[in-house]
Amino acid sequence: MASVVGIFSHSSVSVPVKDKKLLEVKLGELPSWILMRDFSPSGIFGAFQRGYYRYYNKYINVKKGSISGITMVLACYVLFSYSFSYKHLKHERLRKYH
Amino acid sequence: MNENLFASFIAPTILGLPAAVLIILFPPLLIPTSKYLINNRLITTQQWLIKLTSKQMMTMHNTKGRTWSLMLVSLIIFIATTNLLGLLPYSFTPTTQLSMNLAMAIPLWAGAVITGFRSKIKNALAHFLPQGTPTPLIPMLVIIETISLLIQPMALAVRLTANITAGHLLMHLIGSATLAMSTINLPSTLIIFTILILLTILEIAVALIQAYVFTLLVSLYLHDNT
Repeated sequence: MASVVGIFSHSSVSVPVKDKKLLEVKLGELPSWILMRDFSPSGIFGAFQRGYYRYYNKYINVKKGSISGITMVLACYVLFSYSFSYKHLKHERLRKYH
Repeated sequence: MNENLFASFIAPTILGLPAAVLIILFPPLLIPTSKYLINNRLITTQQWLIKLTSKQMMTMHNTKGRTWSLMLVSLIIFIATTNLLGLLPYSFTPTTQLSMNLAMAIPLWAGAVITGFRSKIKNALAHFLPQGTPTPLIPMLVIIETISLLIQPMALAVRLTANITAGHLLMHLIGSATLAMSTINLPSTLIIFTILILLTILEIAVALIQAYVFTLLVSLYLHDNT
């Protein structure tokens, strides 16, 4: 991904690409590519910010955004909560003997 | 079945760390901000709703009370979104935890009361005695009014907790009853399913109404004290 300074809300704030994107990395280079990434707190925060704006600009910040933009987020939230409560829900399966 | 019924109200943890913090921080992601005049559909609808509720709520306050408008509008938006998100399957609703509602109610109530006591002491104390009480009753009535004042934050918190928790519990119970009856007796399943649908509509209404009531009462306490 591009390494930029500042808020990544749209592409006019970016500087030239320094690294290769994930899909362009060859399989043998994968460990070195992972080690090159910025895992500091500000780097991780920047990654979350880029991801958020990528989703936002693709599905919500458009002229005729539909309801699916927010429904996808809610569906992911439901799956996330399901994975959290799986431990309790294991006991509620339909079995003869619990 | 008893353990499972209340299992959805346990605060979720990741390796012992409270993940409830993450869940409380989720609603702001659904409410974007914008610096433009004309926005996408999501922001436009949300801003229209916020303008509607803020105008409705803040007209009854004077200038001093309107300094609280940001606090009250963000309060009603937070409670409404949190309650509505709790209606999704398997989700955790932070407002079912009494600790969180107390943390919301006590500072707001205390702020309103202390504002009143700081600016107009006589007016604030005058609330303890309604007009036109016969003289022998005065001591008892002052005690009763003091108690009713001190119980306001507890009532705010417990009202919200109890309503949301009771609604979720009812939906759990009736849902599992529907599933259990579906193999036994089909017509009663349809009846129970209809009850479930009505209950879901009620829950949506309750989610919004509770937010409104909470905020309205806080603003009433504010109005008394400014």
